[in-house]
Amino acid sequence: MAEKFDAIVVGAGPAGNAAAYTMAQAGLSVLQLERGETPGTKNVQGAILYADALERIIPDFRDDAPLERHVIEQRMWVLDEKSFIGTNYRSDAFNSDQPNRYTILRAPFDKWFSGKVKAAGGLVICETTVTELIQEGKKVIGVRTDREGGDIYADVVILADGVNSLLAKKAGFHGELEAKNVALAVKEIHFLPEEVVQSRFNIKGNEGVVIEIAGAVTHGMVGTAFLYTNKESITLGIGCLLSDFKKAGIAPYTLLEELKAHPAIAPLIEGGEMKEYAAHLIPEGGYKAVPTLYGEGWMIAGDSAGLVNAVHREGSNLAMTSGRLAAETVIALKDMKLPCTAPHLARYKTALDDSFVMKDLRKYKELPDILHGNPHFFSVYPQLLNRAAHTMLMVDGQDKHSKEKTIRGSFVQQRSLWGLVGDAYRMWRATR
Amino acid sequence: MHIVVCIKQVPDSAQIRVHPVTNTIMRQGVPAIINPFDVFAIEEALRLKDRFGGRVTVLTMGPPQAEDALRKAIAYGADDVILLTDRAFAGADTLATSFALAQTIRKIGEEHPVDLVFTGKQTIDGDTAQVGPGIAKRLGLQLLTYVSAIDALDLEERSITVQRRSEGGVQVIRTRLPALITMLEGSNQIRFAGMDDMFRSARFDVPKWNKERAGIEDVSKIGLKGSPTVVSKIFTPKPRAVKAQMIGADLDASGTANAILDIISSQHPRLAQELGLITP
Repeated sequence: MAEKFDAIVVGAGPAGNAAAYTMAQAGLSVLQLERGETPGTKNVQGAILYADALERIIPDFRDDAPLERHVIEQRMWVLDEKSFIGTNYRSDAFNSDQPNRYTILRAPFDKWFSGKVKAAGGLVICETTVTELIQEGKKVIGVRTDREGGDIYADVVILADGVNSLLAKKAGFHGELEAKNVALAVKEIHFLPEEVVQSRFNIKGNEGVVIEIAGAVTHGMVGTAFLYTNKESITLGIGCLLSDFKKAGIAPYTLLEELKAHPAIAPLIEGGEMKEYAAHLIPEGGYKAVPTLYGEGWMIAGDSAGLVNAVHREGSNLAMTSGRLAAETVIALKDMKLPCTAPHLARYKTALDDSFVMKDLRKYKELPDILHGNPHFFSVYPQLLNRAAHTMLMVDGQDKHSKEKTIRGSFVQQRSLWGLVGDAYRMWRATR
Repeated sequence: MHIVVCIKQVPDSAQIRVHPVTNTIMRQGVPAIINPFDVFAIEEALRLKDRFGGRVTVLTMGPPQAEDALRKAIAYGADDVILLTDRAFAGADTLATSFALAQTIRKIGEEHPVDLVFTGKQTIDGDTAQVGPGIAKRLGLQLLTYVSAIDALDLEERSITVQRRSEGGVQVIRTRLPALITMLEGSNQIRFAGMDDMFRSARFDVPKWNKERAGIEDVSKIGLKGSPTVVSKIFTPKPRAVKAQMIGADLDASGTANAILDIISSQHPRLAQELGLITP
């Protein structure tokens, strides 16, 4: 006799866990299927946890979630070959009882989150791959797994199977991911003793530092790099659009090697022992690339729905929020004894539209196209900024007025006056 | 027929790191797995059950989180599992562990007499291969170590014939039941559970036995007290001094060969002399 549930959630990442937990907590019968050996083993992220999205799901998560460090300082660096120019924002206000951002390691974090799903009464089955959705006409009525006797039925299926959702593609809910809409990121975790991490970043206790990096390290490709401090390690990564990697013919790990060798980065990771290397695709197509989010008997959430705010490096919070909203949609329909048909599930789309998820994505909807058409944002400007700083700081007998003129000249020469004005306008339009 | 399989949950040794400052093993973030050798023991027991019927009980001693390992055993098809867990067992060496497990198997046998006990040949964290033989000795079972195949089992005659790997080759041994078998790696391949077993596993209420339930009264024989083994020192073996080196990737074949010969000549002058690369 095949099993039947109120809802099946495919995937145990932030979106899937948020959805499964919220529904299980509300008393629905929930089955969550995950292909990894345990939740978290297949999941890759930077990783920064934004407290707000999780707080709305598990308010007291700080009591037992495996958190690394809370972020008290954010640095933004623009790199040239040998130099960097940047800003720091550090505030003791981030040392509150309820910090806003944390660095996390996804393997232990996801395991913890999944434990909450189980404790809430959700049935979690790992090492089981959903191979396809079972459909009756257009209506999704269950899932087929790779195990013998593997057909399982449910009133609704929530797809949270990650970027490149093979299930949605197979079912024809969305097409192939386009290379220009997806970034390929690689990262390494370097072990360093806690004291070393603290002294190198001038932090104490569980305080943490985050560095977001752009510039010469991406070779003009659309992309950024990052460095996060964990308790006893440093995570370092870099990602660029897949289409740019293809065009440039550069392998992602060579960028990471160059980043590690950069004079601004090398001293920060010196002596570390590399513990982990991971690569991951990130859907960065933004608003215009978001596929259909629901249909007859199904919804899609998180990375698999392309819900990533590439500008602000946010993804897991959008994933958790979309997972929660999908779950709340099912709970509301169950309360009203309404079936999970497409017109009813449209509430999910409305809820997403009303949330920061879609509002933020809409705000930056033109940005992917602009960055595509204007590669100088990632090549020329970093160089110019660094050169300008260098010129100003070199005390070499030249008067300051002439130095300013040189700097102005270098900008105009590289981009022309109209180019500069146009760039400024385009950036303003795309981010206002 | 009743088979008891003893397994251990171990940290995945491939992912273990030693803390460079304190020299202690860093278990944090290291996934826990069923000791890989024990997986062969589980599968062999299940195969006997498939052929001859009966029941398979999987037993482990460990902390509460060892429940995960037993849940997995249920998914593979074990009929029952027992988690022997008690603070009093903490810090046990192989002597104390084999005492506790033997006592528990005795207790299990009161309800369903045990015909066979399986273990893996050793664990990947302790590497001693002592617990299996220790249990056999305490329970008076015939001991068959390093078994690679089971040729025959005769429940009427109460005998078993196995192939046992020894230094010189393979021994074929026949003995009487009850017996304890330690399984060699590579002897079989664990099955891929069906969906029914996955559901059963996810919903299974894993029984937890403390020392009283296992009928252990003498606490001087278990845990740290019952463990004469002393760990006097832990150290990381020094990494091999010579690092790999990329040579002549930018040269043609003869250029690369010459570059290699130059290095041999400079680092091993005597070898180079014997090869006639340089003259003394």
